[in-house]
Amino acid sequence: MPTRKFIGRYENLAAIGKFVSRIAQKAGFDAAQVYAVQLAVDEACTNIIEHGYGGEGLGEIECACDITPGGVTVQLRDWSAGFNPEDIPSPNYTVPLEQLKPRGAGLYLMRQMMDDVQFSFDPVRGNLLTMKKRKTDSS
Amino acid sequence: MELQTTSYKRCDVLKASGRIDSQTAPALEQAFNAIVNDGKSGIVFDMSAVDFISSRGLWVLLETQKACKKEGGKLVLVNVAEEMKESLDLAGVKHFVEIYADLITAVGSF
Repeated sequence: MPTRKFIGRYENLAAIGKFVSRIAQKAGFDAAQVYAVQLAVDEACTNIIEHGYGGEGLGEIECACDITPGGVTVQLRDWSAGFNPEDIPSPNYTVPLEQLKPRGAGLYLMRQMMDDVQFSFDPVRGNLLTMKKRKTDSS
Repeated sequence: MELQTTSYKRCDVLKASGRIDSQTAPALEQAFNAIVNDGKSGIVFDMSAVDFISSRGLWVLLETQKACKKEGGKLVLVNVAEEMKESLDLAGVKHFVEIYADLITAVGSF
Protein backbone atom coordinates (compact mmCIF):
# COMPACT_ATOMS: atom_id res chain seq x y z
CA MET A 1 0.00 0.00 0.00
CA PRO A 2 1.54 3.42 -0.98
CA THR A 3 2.40 5.10 2.33
CA ARG A 4 3.67 8.54 3.28
CA LYS A 5 4.47 10.06 6.65
CA PHE A 6 3.70 13.69 7.47
CA ILE A 7 4.40 15.94 10.45
CA GLY A 8 1.03 16.80 12.01
CA ARG A 9 0.82 20.37 10.80
CA TYR A 10 -2.07 22.08 9.02
CA GLU A 11 0.29 23.19 6.25
CA ASN A 12 0.61 19.49 5.30
CA LEU A 13 -3.14 19.00 4.77
CA ALA A 14 -2.90 20.07 1.11
CA ALA A 15 -0.13 17.51 0.40
CA ILE A 16 -2.07 14.75 2.18
CA GLY A 17 -5.17 15.69 0.19
CA LYS A 18 -3.21 15.55 -3.08
CA PHE A 19 -1.75 12.14 -2.19
CA VAL A 20 -5.15 10.49 -1.60
CA SER A 21 -6.90 12.35 -4.44
CA ARG A 22 -4.40 11.08 -6.97
CA ILE A 23 -5.04 7.48 -5.92
CA ALA A 24 -8.84 7.98 -5.89
CA GLN A 25 -8.61 9.40 -9.43
CA LYS A 26 -6.54 6.41 -10.52
CA ALA A 27 -9.24 4.14 -9.09
CA GLY A 28 -11.68 5.70 -11.56
CA PHE A 29 -13.71 7.69 -9.01
CA ASP A 30 -15.70 10.65 -10.36
CA ALA A 31 -15.03 14.24 -9.18
CA ALA A 32 -17.59 14.07 -6.36
CA GLN A 33 -16.16 10.80 -5.05
CA VAL A 34 -12.55 12.05 -5.23
CA TYR A 35 -13.68 15.15 -3.34
CA ALA A 36 -15.42 12.98 -0.72
CA VAL A 37 -12.23 10.97 -0.07
CA GLN A 38 -10.15 14.15 0.16
CA LEU A 39 -12.64 15.76 2.55
CA ALA A 40 -12.86 12.71 4.85
CA VAL A 41 -9.06 12.49 5.05
CA ASP A 42 -8.71 16.24 5.70
CA GLU A 43 -11.27 16.07 8.52
CA ALA A 44 -9.57 13.01 10.01
CA CYS A 45 -6.09 14.59 9.92
CA THR A 46 -7.39 17.87 11.37
CA ASN A 47 -8.97 15.89 14.24
CA ILE A 48 -5.70 14.00 14.85
CA ILE A 49 -3.71 17.26 14.99
CA GLU A 50 -6.25 19.26 16.99
CA HIS A 51 -7.82 16.68 19.32
CA GLY A 52 -5.32 13.79 19.23
CA TYR A 53 -1.98 15.57 19.51
CA GLY A 54 -3.50 18.75 20.94
CA GLY A 55 -1.76 21.08 18.51
CA GLU A 56 0.50 21.38 15.49
CA GLY A 57 3.95 19.83 15.18
CA LEU A 58 3.51 17.47 18.13
CA GLY A 59 3.48 14.16 16.27
CA GLU A 60 3.32 12.35 12.95
CA ILE A 61 0.54 11.06 10.74
CA GLU A 62 1.20 8.05 8.53
CA CYS A 63 -1.10 7.98 5.53
CA ALA A 64 -1.54 4.82 3.47
CA CYS A 65 -3.92 4.70 0.52
CA ASP A 66 -4.57 2.05 -2.08
CA ILE A 67 -6.96 0.89 -4.75
CA THR A 68 -8.88 -2.26 -3.77
CA PRO A 69 -11.15 -4.45 -5.94
CA GLY A 70 -14.16 -2.57 -4.51
CA GLY A 71 -12.83 0.98 -4.42
CA VAL A 72 -10.29 2.81 -2.25
CA THR A 73 -9.00 2.21 1.28
CA VAL A 74 -7.26 4.91 3.34
CA GLN A 75 -5.44 4.16 6.59
CA LEU A 76 -4.26 6.91 8.91
CA ARG A 77 -1.99 6.04 11.81
CA ASP A 78 -1.04 8.40 14.61
CA TRP A 79 0.62 8.08 17.99
CA SER A 80 -1.51 10.51 19.97
CA ALA A 81 -3.46 9.81 23.18
CA GLY A 82 -6.48 8.95 21.02
CA PHE A 83 -10.12 9.55 21.80
CA ASN A 84 -13.45 7.74 21.97
CA PRO A 85 -15.43 8.48 18.78
CA GLU A 86 -18.62 7.57 20.64
CA ASP A 87 -18.08 10.62 22.88
CA ILE A 88 -18.35 12.99 19.91
CA PRO A 89 -21.96 14.05 19.34
CA SER A 90 -23.40 14.42 15.86
CA PRO A 91 -24.03 18.06 14.99
CA ASN A 92 -27.57 19.36 15.45
CA TYR A 93 -28.76 21.69 12.68
CA THR A 94 -32.33 21.99 13.94
CA VAL A 95 -31.29 24.64 16.48
CA PRO A 96 -31.41 28.38 15.69
CA LEU A 97 -28.27 29.73 13.99
CA GLU A 98 -27.04 31.54 17.15
CA GLN A 99 -26.98 28.24 19.07
CA LEU A 100 -25.09 26.28 16.42
CA LYS A 101 -21.87 24.59 17.63
CA PRO A 102 -18.97 23.37 15.44
CA ARG A 103 -18.21 20.25 17.47
CA GLY A 104 -18.71 16.90 15.75
CA ALA A 105 -18.99 18.17 12.17
CA GLY A 106 -15.65 16.64 11.07
CA LEU A 107 -16.41 13.12 12.29
CA TYR A 108 -19.96 13.36 10.93
CA LEU A 109 -18.63 14.37 7.48
CA MET A 110 -16.09 11.49 7.53
CA ARG A 111 -18.88 8.98 8.22
CA GLN A 112 -21.13 10.45 5.54
CA MET A 113 -18.44 10.78 2.86
CA MET A 114 -17.04 7.25 3.27
CA ASP A 115 -18.80 3.87 3.24
CA ASP A 116 -16.89 2.44 6.21
CA VAL A 117 -15.02 4.21 9.04
CA GLN A 118 -13.28 2.13 11.74
CA PHE A 119 -11.11 3.31 14.63
CA SER A 120 -8.69 1.16 16.60
CA PHE A 121 -6.62 2.55 19.45
CA ASP A 122 -3.36 0.97 20.55
CA PRO A 123 -0.90 2.79 22.84
CA VAL A 124 2.07 0.82 21.43
CA ARG A 125 1.38 0.41 17.70
CA GLY A 126 -0.49 3.68 17.38
CA ASN A 127 -4.08 4.56 16.56
CA LEU A 128 -5.34 3.29 13.26
CA LEU A 129 -8.22 4.81 11.34
CA THR A 130 -9.38 2.79 8.34
CA MET A 131 -11.79 4.40 5.87
CA LYS A 132 -13.17 2.72 2.78
CA LYS A 133 -15.09 4.10 -0.14
CA ARG A 134 -16.73 1.85 -2.67
CA LYS A 135 -16.70 2.60 -6.36
CA THR A 136 -20.31 2.99 -7.49
CA ASP A 137 -21.79 2.49 -10.96
CA SER A 138 -21.81 6.24 -11.68
CA SER A 139 -18.00 6.40 -11.62
CA MET B 1 -5.64 30.62 -1.00
CA GLU B 2 -6.08 34.13 -2.34
CA LEU B 3 -8.75 36.62 -1.30
CA GLN B 4 -10.17 39.66 -3.03
CA THR B 5 -12.93 41.98 -1.81
CA THR B 6 -15.01 44.19 -4.13
CA SER B 7 -17.47 46.71 -2.72
CA TYR B 8 -20.85 47.24 -4.37
CA LYS B 9 -23.59 49.67 -3.38
CA ARG B 10 -25.58 47.22 -1.24
CA CYS B 11 -23.05 44.47 -0.52
CA ASP B 12 -19.42 43.39 -0.63
CA VAL B 13 -18.25 40.45 -2.72
CA LEU B 14 -15.43 38.37 -1.25
CA LYS B 15 -13.83 36.05 -3.78
CA ALA B 16 -11.53 33.27 -2.59
CA SER B 17 -9.44 30.99 -4.72
CA GLY B 18 -7.73 27.72 -3.87
CA ARG B 19 -8.08 25.52 -0.84
CA ILE B 20 -9.83 26.42 2.41
CA ASP B 21 -8.75 24.12 5.26
CA SER B 22 -7.48 24.48 8.83
CA GLN B 23 -4.32 26.14 7.50
CA THR B 24 -6.05 28.80 5.41
CA ALA B 25 -9.46 29.26 7.12
CA PRO B 26 -8.12 31.84 9.65
CA ALA B 27 -7.24 34.20 6.75
CA LEU B 28 -10.75 33.80 5.36
CA GLU B 29 -12.19 34.52 8.80
CA GLN B 30 -10.09 37.70 9.03
CA ALA B 31 -11.29 38.87 5.61
CA PHE B 32 -14.96 38.39 6.58
CA ASN B 33 -14.36 40.08 9.96
CA ALA B 34 -12.73 43.06 8.24
CA ILE B 35 -15.90 43.60 6.16
CA VAL B 36 -18.25 43.23 9.14
CA ASN B 37 -16.05 45.43 11.37
CA ASP B 38 -16.24 48.06 8.64
CA GLY B 39 -19.98 48.28 9.38
CA LYS B 40 -21.08 46.23 6.35
CA SER B 41 -23.30 43.21 6.86
CA GLY B 42 -24.24 42.26 3.30
CA ILE B 43 -21.69 39.81 1.90
CA VAL B 44 -21.57 37.63 -1.20
CA PHE B 45 -18.95 34.87 -0.98
CA ASP B 46 -17.90 33.98 -4.53
CA MET B 47 -16.67 30.36 -4.50
CA SER B 48 -16.06 30.03 -8.26
CA ALA B 49 -12.31 29.53 -7.73
CA VAL B 50 -12.50 27.56 -4.45
CA ASP B 51 -11.53 23.95 -5.08
CA PHE B 52 -11.84 22.62 -1.53
CA ILE B 53 -13.49 23.67 1.73
CA SER B 54 -13.29 21.62 4.95
CA SER B 55 -15.61 21.82 7.97
CA ARG B 56 -13.26 24.43 9.48
CA GLY B 57 -13.92 26.67 6.47
CA LEU B 58 -17.64 25.91 6.50
CA TRP B 59 -17.74 26.93 10.16
CA VAL B 60 -16.23 30.31 9.19
CA LEU B 61 -19.20 30.78 6.84
CA LEU B 62 -21.68 29.97 9.62
CA GLU B 63 -19.94 32.29 12.11
CA THR B 64 -19.95 35.06 9.48
CA GLN B 65 -23.65 34.48 8.90
CA LYS B 66 -24.24 34.88 12.65
CA ALA B 67 -22.33 38.20 12.61
CA CYS B 68 -24.16 39.49 9.50
CA LYS B 69 -27.62 38.54 10.78
CA LYS B 70 -26.89 40.26 14.07
CA GLU B 71 -26.38 43.49 12.13
CA GLY B 72 -29.49 42.99 10.01
CA GLY B 73 -27.67 41.70 6.93
CA LYS B 74 -26.80 38.32 5.49
CA LEU B 75 -24.07 36.23 3.90
CA VAL B 76 -24.92 34.45 0.65
CA LEU B 77 -22.86 32.04 -1.46
CA VAL B 78 -22.44 31.92 -5.20
CA ASN B 79 -20.81 29.57 -7.72
CA VAL B 80 -20.48 26.53 -5.46
CA ALA B 81 -18.87 23.58 -7.26
CA GLU B 82 -21.18 20.61 -7.71
CA GLU B 83 -18.94 18.21 -5.75
CA MET B 84 -18.99 20.52 -2.68
CA LYS B 85 -22.75 20.81 -2.40
CA GLU B 86 -23.28 17.59 -0.43
CA SER B 87 -20.76 18.58 2.25
CA LEU B 88 -22.31 22.05 2.52
CA ASP B 89 -25.63 20.35 3.14
CA LEU B 90 -24.18 17.88 5.67
CA ALA B 91 -22.33 20.64 7.55
CA GLY B 92 -25.55 22.64 7.95
CA VAL B 93 -24.53 25.50 5.66
CA LYS B 94 -27.48 24.96 3.29
CA HIS B 95 -29.89 25.31 6.24
CA PHE B 96 -28.62 28.77 7.15
CA VAL B 97 -27.06 30.33 4.03
CA GLU B 98 -28.71 31.06 0.65
CA ILE B 99 -26.83 29.69 -2.36
CA TYR B 100 -27.08 31.38 -5.76
CA ALA B 101 -26.02 30.07 -9.15
CA ASP B 102 -24.70 33.36 -10.54
CA LEU B 103 -23.13 36.54 -9.23
CA ILE B 104 -25.70 38.98 -10.67
CA THR B 105 -28.59 37.22 -8.89
CA ALA B 106 -26.56 36.96 -5.66
CA VAL B 107 -25.71 40.68 -5.65
CA GLY B 108 -29.30 41.46 -6.68
CA SER B 109 -30.63 39.65 -3.59
CA PHE B 110 -29.57 42.64 -1.43
